[in-house]
Amino acid sequence: MKPVTQVTSPALLLLDANIDTDQIIPARFLRKPRSSGYHHYLLYDARYDMQGQPRPGSPIPESQGGAKIVLAGHNIGCGSSREGAVYAFVDYGIQVIISTKIADIFRNNAIRNGLLPIMLDQAQFDSLVAYCQARPHANLTVDLQACEIRWETDSCLAFEIDDGSRERLLEGIDDIQATLDWEQKIDIFAKDYLTERPWVVPGRV
Amino acid sequence: MTQPSLTLFEKIWRQHVIASAGEFDLLWVDRHFVHEGSFHAFDKLDGSGRPLAYPELTFGIADHYVPSNLARLDDDPEVAKMIRLLEDNTAKHQLTYLGLGHSDRGIVHVAAPELGLTLPGLIIVCGDSHTTTHGAFGALAMGIGATEVAHVLATQTLWQRRPKTMRIHVDGKLDAGVTTKDLALHIIHQIGTGGATGHAVEYTGPAVAALSMDARMTLCNMTIEAGARVGMVAPDETTYAWLRDAPQAPKEESFVQAERHWRTLYSDPDVHYDKAVTVDANEVAPRITWGTSPEQSIAVDEPFSPSDSEATRSSLDYMGLSVGRPILGLAVDQVFIGSCTNSRLSDLRDAARVLDGGTVKVPTLIVAGSNRVKAQAEAEGLAEIFRSAGARWGESGCSMCVAMNGDSVAPGQRCASTSNRNFPGRQGPGARTHLMSPAMAAAAALNGKIVDVRQSAAGVSA
Ligand code: SF4
Repeated sequence: MKPVTQVTSPALLLLDANIDTDQIIPARFLRKPRSSGYHHYLLYDARYDMQGQPRPGSPIPESQGGAKIVLAGHNIGCGSSREGAVYAFVDYGIQVIISTKIADIFRNNAIRNGLLPIMLDQAQFDSLVAYCQARPHANLTVDLQACEIRWETDSCLAFEIDDGSRERLLEGIDDIQATLDWEQKIDIFAKDYLTERPWVVPGRV
Repeated sequence: MTQPSLTLFEKIWRQHVIASAGEFDLLWVDRHFVHEGSFHAFDKLDGSGRPLAYPELTFGIADHYVPSNLARLDDDPEVAKMIRLLEDNTAKHQLTYLGLGHSDRGIVHVAAPELGLTLPGLIIVCGDSHTTTHGAFGALAMGIGATEVAHVLATQTLWQRRPKTMRIHVDGKLDAGVTTKDLALHIIHQIGTGGATGHAVEYTGPAVAALSMDARMTLCNMTIEAGARVGMVAPDETTYAWLRDAPQAPKEESFVQAERHWRTLYSDPDVHYDKAVTVDANEVAPRITWGTSPEQSIAVDEPFSPSDSEATRSSLDYMGLSVGRPILGLAVDQVFIGSCTNSRLSDLRDAARVLDGGTVKVPTLIVAGSNRVKAQAEAEGLAEIFRSAGARWGESGCSMCVAMNGDSVAPGQRCASTSNRNFPGRQGPGARTHLMSPAMAAAAALNGKIVDVRQSAAGVSA
């Protein structure tokens, strides 16, 4: 997983509330291998009509145009647990999603795939949106080291993220590899636990 | 030193913590269910070069890609391939696999509880958000993503941040003709689709204690639609009675030992929840969603006057509705009765009571949640009632809940559905979904439009 430290780019605005993962990637694309490039499927039904022609009101440009940051409406990523929704953003080039609420499973998936989820309060979020609407091509800088979002020369706001998530993203930690350090502890736990509760294993007793 | 008061959720969580690092706990996982969509995770596992840690705790079930008409499986090689991939991956790692043709197969959230694989006090995970369903047994059950699935396959553990706790207390009693689906839609309408995000929900109160296991599963199933990854009900006599009959649940001495543990699983009386909500069951009426989010619902007899906002306007636009046009009496093009929310025997009985002796006016598809439910429904004559009414009785699975297995709703078509999500495109691009209970959906099928099931003579159970 690619580490995320500092990201500077213009922001893409997806301000509808409750953009669920079925909209982010419709179910019929989930069978596609990751190697096919999940950016093709990002918000597919909002981007293309039934004939596969681009819709005039598409919420995102056909080519990503350098945006690595998304400002998303309240409760982005609700619904299905499909990690394909995160792959679609990541493959499109997005590294940061900022919202007032990010759904739990989507957030977990994001952290495991180098997509930084940031939750701001409404006033902070609104000020960012106002700036980006006024200056659509202007850059934002998201700095995970300093936990800051900066714009222009002197505007800056701090965001909060728990240490574990921050560390995973900064270091690009692969959980499976990291957990190997705990292997002995897991074995001891499992032995005690399953001895005490043999009925947990179906068919064993 | 006195023990601190703990919630049901906290007790189970603590019993599973192997280690902690910062805000993350490393949790032992008792049960892991995989389905066709888990192929990304198997690829990751293979990429890590690790074997599958505990094959005896992992179960594969084909559900999402199973079409309601098995003869159509060859129509789309990509769909057939998804089922084959799961078959290959479970064979390779020597997992129990409930595949096509297996008499115990079904939607994982219907089949696993029915088999007794879902037990109180377990941590249960699956790469599917409706894993909340299993919380009906007092298990801590949550949906996870593919990278987490791979981690569980490789280690039988999961790193998680502990969510906050939330209690949803349901007082009173559901009226006749009002079901748990209506209660769930009522709660989501009250607290919003993000109302429980970041929290583990526990349902308490007399109205919850009175519910059957089927109904508790419907309630916990819909919890994810309020944003919570965990919804649970403390185990009680209703739970133990179910488990005594379940084939894979512990038996005899082993059951006694297990039950001793299960009886310790409750929230301490004076315990604090981070958030608490109270709902009055007596106020719940049959509900229908009108928009594109499960929170956008109204009681069937309520005037339709949603607040004017951009979100409302875009939902109305997608749904082909306008303010002032009542929901009651709205014509539907088709009906789907099924999904992990409402495809258990009691749901099918509700539908059959309404359909008995009548004829459907619009195409109606009824799909049992599992092959066991299907066999029972056939044995007690429900399937015959459905067929005589002109409904199609399909092969068990996810079917028309999600447009990925060949069953879908055509663009612009309006579907009365007992599933759980009315998101744009959920049942197919441009599909218009109205969520409701099985009884309401059956009444819509008979009338070709949305009606109040309480006006029909047939009764329904909670
Ligand atoms: S029935 Fe629908 S919601 Fe349930 S597991 Fe299947 S696709 Fe998901």
